[in-house]
Amino acid sequence: MSWFRRHPTATAYLLLAPGIAYLAIFYLYPTLQMFLVSLWTGTVEAGYQLTFNFGIYPQALAQYSDHFLRSLLYGAIATLLTFLIGFPLAYFIAFRGGRYKSLLLFLVIAPFFTSFLLRTLSWRIIFADQGLALGPLKDLDLLPEEFRLTATPSAVIAGITYNFLPFMTLPLYVALERIPPNLLEAAEDLYAGTWQRFRRVTLPLALPGVFAGTLLTFIPAMGDFVNAELLGSPQSQMIGNVIQARFLRVSDYPTGAALSFILMAAILVGVFIYARVVGTEELTGGTS
Amino acid sequence: MRSTFLRPANLAWKAASSYESATDSVPLLILPQPVGTGAKAVDGARSMDERSGDSLAAGGAEPVSAIDVRLVDVTKRFGTQVTAVDRIDLEVTDGEFFSLLGPSGCGKTTTLRMIGGFEQPTSGLIELQGQDVTWLPPYKRNVNTVFQDYALFPHLTIFENVAFGLRRKKTGGAEIRRRAAEMLELVELRGYDGRKPGQISGGQAQRVALARALINRPAVLLLDEPLGALDLKLRKQMQLELKRIQQEVGITFIYVTHDQDEAMTMSDRIAVMHRGRFEQLGRPQDLYERPRTSFVAGFLGVSNLMTGRIDGADGAYAIVRLDASTALRLPREGVSDGASVQLGVRPEKIRLVGEGSATADLNVLSGRVRDASYTGVSTQYLVDIPGGSKMTVYEQNTARAAAAGLRRKGDMVGLAWSPADTFVVQPGRTEPAPSRYQEAPDVRRT
Ligand SMILES: Nc1ncnc2c1ncn2[C@@H]1O[C@H](COP(=O)(O)OP(=O)(O)OP(=O)(O)O)[C@@H](O)[C@H]1O
Ligand SMILES: [Mg+2]
Repeated sequence: MSWFRRHPTATAYLLLAPGIAYLAIFYLYPTLQMFLVSLWTGTVEAGYQLTFNFGIYPQALAQYSDHFLRSLLYGAIATLLTFLIGFPLAYFIAFRGGRYKSLLLFLVIAPFFTSFLLRTLSWRIIFADQGLALGPLKDLDLLPEEFRLTATPSAVIAGITYNFLPFMTLPLYVALERIPPNLLEAAEDLYAGTWQRFRRVTLPLALPGVFAGTLLTFIPAMGDFVNAELLGSPQSQMIGNVIQARFLRVSDYPTGAALSFILMAAILVGVFIYARVVGTEELTGGTS
Repeated sequence: MRSTFLRPANLAWKAASSYESATDSVPLLILPQPVGTGAKAVDGARSMDERSGDSLAAGGAEPVSAIDVRLVDVTKRFGTQVTAVDRIDLEVTDGEFFSLLGPSGCGKTTTLRMIGGFEQPTSGLIELQGQDVTWLPPYKRNVNTVFQDYALFPHLTIFENVAFGLRRKKTGGAEIRRRAAEMLELVELRGYDGRKPGQISGGQAQRVALARALINRPAVLLLDEPLGALDLKLRKQMQLELKRIQQEVGITFIYVTHDQDEAMTMSDRIAVMHRGRFEQLGRPQDLYERPRTSFVAGFLGVSNLMTGRIDGADGAYAIVRLDASTALRLPREGVSDGASVQLGVRPEKIRLVGEGSATADLNVLSGRVRDASYTGVSTQYLVDIPGGSKMTVYEQNTARAAAAGLRRKGDMVGLAWSPADTFVVQPGRTEPAPSRYQEAPDVRRT
């Protein structure tokens, strides 16, 4: 006991050790390994050799820049949509939920009880050209025969929005829920009407939640391939689809690895800029 | 309706500030004279507007002090079970320091929140300066609140916190800067503009909350136990400070507290609340000298209460018989012959005299000392009276008392006090717990 007291730094490292070991084995090592893979040349049949072929990076980027841009676009639109849907939802639960708060929160995460893949597959079935949703409408001539939802970019974006909505809603809820009610009363007391109160107090105080929610949504959305695979068409493939195909279909490991690293770098740079723009000052409330 | 909000204090203040900028004069703070004291036209600004609008219409030579806040038969229920505020009527005059005093849960905060607009009464009417505001939201009321835990905006600097109200009113930047500086000066926080609320102490946060409210020059400032979170020393200091600021700005303060000392030292008038009702409303000395209910007698200071029956009169006094052998006198007003009454006397009004010594003009009881404790300034005695009741007596440790010697446990003594110091209380709707005697906190009151 007293040893821990006398060596607080050592104690801290000791506590961190399992986590660090875990990350080193299951994250750091594979990442390095994958980096080396990206520098290989060769084919599956002929075998690969580590040739430090850095040229693969500009080459992969040039070849799949469309997919990168599409991922960026779809990810951004989906994140915006989750925000536009998630914020009112979180706001309602936090401020008007009353005794139904827990129930409503449970409902927000309820979809997680079913597999991500299964839910997206069922979307595909429900929204199929002659499926549950469109079939009857077409039979009644309310929709033209060639109208379709699946295999469109909209379907991919809608799917991502749906699948990542809880990742946006929960952090927003936590941030809103933590706002002391008397701050809102103080704003009202100081002549802020409903909009000004929201704009000057609620929103700034919810900013940490907005920050967390957008990152939690945007990052996985950027790399997602399930929605584009199941709900999209070859023309709406995202970078995740390409990486998946490089690894699992055509066994072009170096290109797949290189694309993964480009995606990672792009996201890191994006997050860094985003953090700067949103401002860490606002996030901490300046209490540091 | 907007114009009724332009009250004299505002105009005076405005006039004073334009005077200041026009002459570019030295003083940082030109504040209006306390309003409502009857002092007419102390400076040029004041004379331009004696009470505007309604009172002129009402006409004639009425008193200068107008009603700032009026509650008419206000009730607030939460659900069907809880009646937080029960049919109260209240009039607070312009420039007054008014306190709501009462134990926890008696409805003080609820009353204040209804005046501020955060809560709507279940029934009744609330007026601010003659305007019915019962259903107006807070941001449409010319009232500001200092919240118990200050409720400063954590994401804004002290300056922006203070400027918040003016920004919402779209006041110009230069004016905001000038007035914010003025306010931070008033609460002695110059140089703290750039800090965030997380970077200042509790006492400083309290001042910021005050500045943030006062900068808007409201007709009425509502304060809900604003000193509750401070330690005793800081509390005492801030009490004086608040009183100074209130006198300086001349704004009506409605102050909620459960600390009787605080209410007594600061207030012009106090309403003692109990179970959602006003037990008594009056000046501090009236409440103390003439408590009208047993609750007030017990809540404000210490009282010795006895019961008896009115049995005839003796000049200006009524005679009250406690039992077959004991009779006391008390002021006649408000008591009727034959009535059973509860009467009381404050411990410090009682003198200890030799047992059986004749003191013609005084009320005298005899008893046996049960307990004596020396506290420096005074000695507190607990005396058993025949019939089973106990009386608390505070005797100042003067030369006279010293000469008589400290009474000891078991000594027989006489308790003597002036009939004029005897008061009659109505039995409260509910009997409060501490009415007979309680310990230390009230010694200061003697
Ligand atoms: N929102 C509410 N819902 C239900 N009951 C409430 C609500 N607000 C207050 N009450 C009840 O109303 C009564 C008065 O409450 P209030 O807050 O006015 O008391 P208070 O005098 O300010 O007490 P304290 O000194 O403890 O702050 C209490 O019994 C309280 O439980
Ligand atoms: Mg309260």
